[in-house]
Amino acid sequence: MTSEQPNPEMLSALDRPNSYIGKTVPRPNLDRLMQGRGLYVSDVELPRMAHVVFVRSPHAHARIVGIDASPAKQMPGVIAVVSGSELAAVITPWIGVLSHLKGLKSAPQSAIAIDHVCWQGEAVAAVVANSRAQAEDAAELVSVEYQELDAVTDMRAALDPATAVIHASLGDNLAFERNHDAGAVDQAFAESDEVVDAEFIFGRHTGVTLEPRAVVADWNAAEARLTIYQGTQAPHMVQNIAALHLGLKESQVRVVCKDVGGSFGIKVHIYADEMATYALSRLLRRPVKFVADRVESFNTDIHARDHRCKGKIGVKRDGTITAFEIDDLTGIGPYSMYPRTSAIEANQVVNLVGGPYVTRNYRARARVVFQNKNVMCQYRAVGHPIACSVTEGLVDLAAMKIGMDPVEIRRRNLIADNAYPCASPSGLRFEQLSHHAALSKLVQMMDYEALRAEQSTLRARNIYRGIGVASFIEVTNPSAAFYGVGGAKISSQDGVAVRLDAQGSVICQTSITEQGQGSESLTAQIVGSVLGVSMDRVRVILGDTDNTPYGGGTWASRGAGIGGEAALQATKVLRKNILDVAAAILQSTAGELDIVNNAVVTVVDGAPRIELSELARIVYFRPDTLPPGMQPELMATRHFVPREYPFAFTNGVQASWLEVDIDTGFVKLLKHWVVEDCGTIINPQLVDEQIRGGVVQGLGAALFEKCVYDERGQLTNANMADYLVPMSGEMPDIDVGHVVSPTLESELGAKGAGEAGTAGAAAAVTNAINDALKPFGAVITEIPLTPQVILTALRRI
Amino acid sequence: MTATVAISLSVNGELVEASVLPRLNLADFLREHLKLTGTHLGCEHGVCGACTVRVNGDIVRSCLMLAVQTDNAKVETIEGLSDSGEIADLQSAFRERNALQCGFCTPGMLMAAQDLLQQSPTPDREQIREHLSGNYCRCTGYQAIVDAVETTARARTGRLP
Ligand code: FES
Ligand code: FES
Repeated sequence: MTSEQPNPEMLSALDRPNSYIGKTVPRPNLDRLMQGRGLYVSDVELPRMAHVVFVRSPHAHARIVGIDASPAKQMPGVIAVVSGSELAAVITPWIGVLSHLKGLKSAPQSAIAIDHVCWQGEAVAAVVANSRAQAEDAAELVSVEYQELDAVTDMRAALDPATAVIHASLGDNLAFERNHDAGAVDQAFAESDEVVDAEFIFGRHTGVTLEPRAVVADWNAAEARLTIYQGTQAPHMVQNIAALHLGLKESQVRVVCKDVGGSFGIKVHIYADEMATYALSRLLRRPVKFVADRVESFNTDIHARDHRCKGKIGVKRDGTITAFEIDDLTGIGPYSMYPRTSAIEANQVVNLVGGPYVTRNYRARARVVFQNKNVMCQYRAVGHPIACSVTEGLVDLAAMKIGMDPVEIRRRNLIADNAYPCASPSGLRFEQLSHHAALSKLVQMMDYEALRAEQSTLRARNIYRGIGVASFIEVTNPSAAFYGVGGAKISSQDGVAVRLDAQGSVICQTSITEQGQGSESLTAQIVGSVLGVSMDRVRVILGDTDNTPYGGGTWASRGAGIGGEAALQATKVLRKNILDVAAAILQSTAGELDIVNNAVVTVVDGAPRIELSELARIVYFRPDTLPPGMQPELMATRHFVPREYPFAFTNGVQASWLEVDIDTGFVKLLKHWVVEDCGTIINPQLVDEQIRGGVVQGLGAALFEKCVYDERGQLTNANMADYLVPMSGEMPDIDVGHVVSPTLESELGAKGAGEAGTAGAAAAVTNAINDALKPFGAVITEIPLTPQVILTALRRI
Repeated sequence: MTATVAISLSVNGELVEASVLPRLNLADFLREHLKLTGTHLGCEHGVCGACTVRVNGDIVRSCLMLAVQTDNAKVETIEGLSDSGEIADLQSAFRERNALQCGFCTPGMLMAAQDLLQQSPTPDREQIREHLSGNYCRCTGYQAIVDAVETTARARTGRLP
């Protein structure tokens, strides 16, 4: 099934005028964003809307002794100052666990802390006022008396019996542990010619969505309905959770999600302050708006990664990898995040290490511990960069040890392209991957041999450049195996309803959401192609639980693969319904007719027979002229979720070419390449830009981004000036290539591409830096690769 | 609180009279008082560039400027530049190249890009990257933006793409 054509002809008649699948077409509706006429949640204003500002704990761990809000309540414009226990009257606490992650535990968490604060930034009171400025002024007058407690910050110390336990009721600070042992690991290591081990350290970082989290909650007491305007990736999940904890029926909650200013997994969760905002609206019977400021974003948006992973690899002199072993430790802050839980990432690391390679021998332990730092949870490419960096770092170390070229060792160990279906050492089932085709394409795109030659010429002139390669697998199109089996009410299926309106235009309602990936575009492309109408006739509605089918939304690279297939199936039904009516009107048969360019045509000669607008006119306004008993249905709905494979695995490979200044420790990225196999490509440009954006997020983690905490649990760089993210001047051009292995789980054949860039970028950069530093015998297995880390490894500081 | 101050300015060519608190920044004034929500706030401390607008012809970070400082000034926002057609070609290059994803950085990016093209009509890729380095984009990876600006520069100066 693997081919190297960029545009696979998956559907029939793709070369017709309205065939958009596989073609680059501009996204509809970009004009409103470019003219500043979008509607982000931070722009939403409602009559009588009040603003909430949260008073947040300055301590990482403390008891709340008392709160004095009376001076604040006297301030101009103040509507209410609400404590955690007052808010508890309208919203119940929650515990972020899932039953399929056996043994995962967490403590009950409240919308606003009651008695006990567990991280710096946890909200202890809410100040609601007529304007944000008034609320901020009053918040300064809320005095909170704390009794500071010892803070658990180092994740290694968290499990030490001498360390304070954050939640007494849990007994210790271990949230979750998973052990995996496959094959004959000890024997494999014993039979290896070389065994290499290293400890990999990953900095805690965060998403920095350019638009901070924002929510407007509007409880209408007369309708007994709560409308939540929120930039979320999963509106139906928000609906479910809000209803559950406010004691409402789901039908009493509507979630509306217009434009979203970046998400990357940051906005797939539900945060305590968002829950508090819903509850405040209910309590105060008026719309309440919360917009995080940037400092709050750093302190409360989920953080990501923060792993220390010991890894070991065995290798034979001929390059055969014999075994992998890892021991991963990760700190998740004081609570497992709700409702997706913070153990998914470590679980994913266990799943993915060694994934691209043939060896069956794999042992893993992952432990997830509580700390008094901000909560940590799923962020773009959950677990992938950790697993990829450890795996690919070990593979490079093994290659170095036996003196083999990094590309060659991969060629000898990557699962063969004709070996599928097969399973990974951790038991993941692969339908069809293309590691070798991808690697060959990458080597050719980058002209590997020429780069190696250039590298050695320059090295003679004391210019230190490195090449790093990283192969990876990527989890996409998740089924219920992700959350549903664990009891979370997060839909894994998505639905699409598509209809022909009275003037021959097409309205399509989908449960996937848009945060800039191009969900609207890919949906319109699929609908237009299948129906035979031009894209400008298709309007896509999404992000509104009142007006879309029930579904999961856009996360874990599922929009195109799951939502796209639902769109395809729904449109096929509509198409059939239209042709049935057309056959009746034209006294023909449906089989003799087709739809092309907004008109029903005769199959044999393509002659136009009736415009869709005319057909719609007859159906809606002159149904009396149709044959008796005929009731045309110009609307169809279909849902989809993959059933046979719990995930559609994709694969890819990245390479980085960079230069290290050995005097300053600065790294200059010169070029980056990616080859990815995401199955059917619906819009090549959108896929490539998704990948580029993902790569740059991965490069940020590799080189710059880190949430720096001190030993008291204070986040010391909670602003954009001190927390560095990639900027245009530092980023290289990124070449993207494709191999196409469509999944047979769906007719469309699309798999996801959203995580690929982030999954492999840090590994490629780290391997390239180690390659550049080879003459100095320095090996670094820590990110971010700051000048300090590099100069330390070079023993220059 | 301090008393309000009367200011009078031109915003996108329209005369605006307002009474504002001295502490009100220009971004909040545009967004909250004039409901011009195209100017975005990403950081409120002058780092991300999302709030970039033009004051008397120069681009500024409206989160770092006070509304009272714009008394008698000429302020132009993304809505104004869009309606006048001044950046229609740049916007169309952004559309063709998918140089935006969530679009939150885009008004600021377009402002900064137009500023560059006015100052130096034939920038190379490095200069474009350099000039846009004060504008964060978390979605795109920047390359598409650089491509779109480069295409516009070439088209404006009559060079072939
Ligand atoms: S909001 Fe003004 S620079 Fe970020
Ligand atoms: S497009 Fe989202 S921040 Fe630039």
